[in-house]
Amino acid sequence: MLKRTIPLIIASIVGIVLILAKFSHPIQSWETEVVMWFDILAVFAFVLGAGNLNLNNLKKISERKAGWGYAAITLLAFWITLICGIGKLGVPPNEKYLAYAWSGSYEAEGSAFWWIFNYVYVPLAATMFATLAFYISSAAFRAFRANNVEASLLLLTALLVLVAQTSSGPMLTDQIPEESAWAIFKIDTIRGTLVNLFNTLGTRAIMIGIALGVVSTSLKVLMGVDQSYLGGD
Amino acid sequence: MKQSNVVWIVVMLLAGAYLSWRAVSYQAGAVYVAPKIVVDADSGKSFTTWSKVPKVESNNLGVEISWPRTLGIWLSALFTLAIFSFLFGDNVFYKVAESIFVGSSAAYAMVVGFWSAFMGIFVAQLAPQFAQKTFMPGDDRTEPEWLMLIPLAMGIMFLWRLMPTGGWISRWPLAFFIAVFAGLRLVSHFEADFVVQIKSTILPLIVFAEDGSFDLRTSLWNSIMVLGTLCCLTYFFFSVEHTGVVGKISRVGIYLLMITFGVGFALTVMSRYSLLIGRMNFLLKDWLNLGASL
Repeated sequence: MLKRTIPLIIASIVGIVLILAKFSHPIQSWETEVVMWFDILAVFAFVLGAGNLNLNNLKKISERKAGWGYAAITLLAFWITLICGIGKLGVPPNEKYLAYAWSGSYEAEGSAFWWIFNYVYVPLAATMFATLAFYISSAAFRAFRANNVEASLLLLTALLVLVAQTSSGPMLTDQIPEESAWAIFKIDTIRGTLVNLFNTLGTRAIMIGIALGVVSTSLKVLMGVDQSYLGGD
Repeated sequence: MKQSNVVWIVVMLLAGAYLSWRAVSYQAGAVYVAPKIVVDADSGKSFTTWSKVPKVESNNLGVEISWPRTLGIWLSALFTLAIFSFLFGDNVFYKVAESIFVGSSAAYAMVVGFWSAFMGIFVAQLAPQFAQKTFMPGDDRTEPEWLMLIPLAMGIMFLWRLMPTGGWISRWPLAFFIAVFAGLRLVSHFEADFVVQIKSTILPLIVFAEDGSFDLRTSLWNSIMVLGTLCCLTYFFFSVEHTGVVGKISRVGIYLLMITFGVGFALTVMSRYSLLIGRMNFLLKDWLNLGASL
C-alpha cells in the first residue's frame, strides 16, 4: 500500500490536475504552484546526484582504482565551482542595494563563478561539441555508400545542402539567370526547396509520431499502467 | 628514444617558444578592463566593478590589464587544445580536461538550481524577511508562504533513499516528480507537435494568385507538403501491412524521410563546424592575437 499504491495515486492525481489546469481557468494557478514545487524538488534531486558523484569518486580514490587521480580532479573541480557559486565569491552587490553584500547575481561579471563559467565550462563544452565535426565527417566518409536509392538520396541531399552553404557553392550555378525557367536549378533554390519543403514535411511526420508516443507514454504513467519508475518489490 | 618521440618533442618545444615570443611581443590573451564606480546615494557606500574593453582602448585613462581574465584566456586556450588532443588519441591532457568538465558542469547545474529555485523561490517565499535582509532586498513579500513546506517535506523524503532503511519513502516525491513531468509534457507535446503540425499541414492544394491567375508554384509546393507528409505518416503506420498501394505510398514516404535525414545531417555538420570555427577564432584571435601589429 505505502510502497506502491500511494505513489500511483499521487502520480494520477497530480498528472490529471495538471492536464485539467490547461482547460479550467480556476485551477490554472495550481499549475504554477506545482511547477514551483517541481523546480524546488529538482534541487534536491541535484543534491542526490552530487552525493552519488562524490561517493563514487571517493570510493575510486580510497580503493586506488585505475584513474583515481582523475576522480580527485573531478571532485576538486566540483567543490571549487560549488563553493564559488553558492558562496557568491567576488560577486559585487546589486547597484541599487550596495548596502546588501549578497544582493548581486551569482553570475555577475567579475565573480569567481562567472570566471569559471566563462573560462572553464564554456570552452570545454564548446570544444567537446566542436570535436564532433571531425568524427561526424569521418563517420560519414566511412558509412555513406550510395549502394541503393535510399542511401543515394540521403547522400545527394546532404551534399547539395552542404555545398550550397559554402561561399563558393552558389557560384556553381551563377550562370543561370534569375528570371529564366531554369532558375529552379540554381543551387540556392534547390537548397531552399530541400530545407523548407522536404525537410519540413519529413520532420512534421516525425514530430506527429513523437507527440503520439509522448502522449501514450505519459498516459500509461498517469494511469498506473507503466510502474517501472517505482522499481522492484 | 623513438624517432617519432624526438619529432614530437621538437614540435612541442618550437610551439612553446613561439607561444612565449607571442605572449611577450603581442600580449597574447591579454584582456583589458575599465573601472566603473557605483555610489549609493543613501548610504554613501561605493563599489568598483570592471568591464572588458577592446584592446585598442588599452591606452585610455583608467584602463588596465586584468590578470585573472588574461589567465582565464590562457587556461581556456589550453583546455581547448587539451580537448582537441583527443583527435590524436586518448591522453592525459584530455582526461584531465574531461574530469574538470564533469566536475564543474555538475556543480554549475547545482549552483543554478540553488540560487534560482531553492533561494529564489523556496527561501524567498518561506522566509521573506530573511531573503529581503540578505539576497533579495527589493522583494515586497511580507508573509511566509507555508505551502512551501510541502516541497521541503518531499525533498527530505527524496533524500531519504540515502538512508540504510526506509528508502521506499522516496517513491512518493518521485511519483510527484514523474507525474508533473508527464502531465506537462503530455499537454505541451500534444499542442505543439500534434495539433499545430496538423494545422500547418492543412493547406489549399489549388491556389490562385491575387490577380485571379492559377499559382502553379504555390499549388505544387502545398500539394507536395500535404501528400508528402501523408506518405511519411503512412510509413509510420504499422496497423496495416505495407503491401500493395499502402506499400507503394510508404515507399515514397521512406524516400522523403531519407531526404529529411540528409538535410538534417548536413545541418548538424554545419552546426558542429560553426562551433569548430568559433574555437579556432578564439585560439587565433582572442588568444594568440593574430593579425595584431607590434
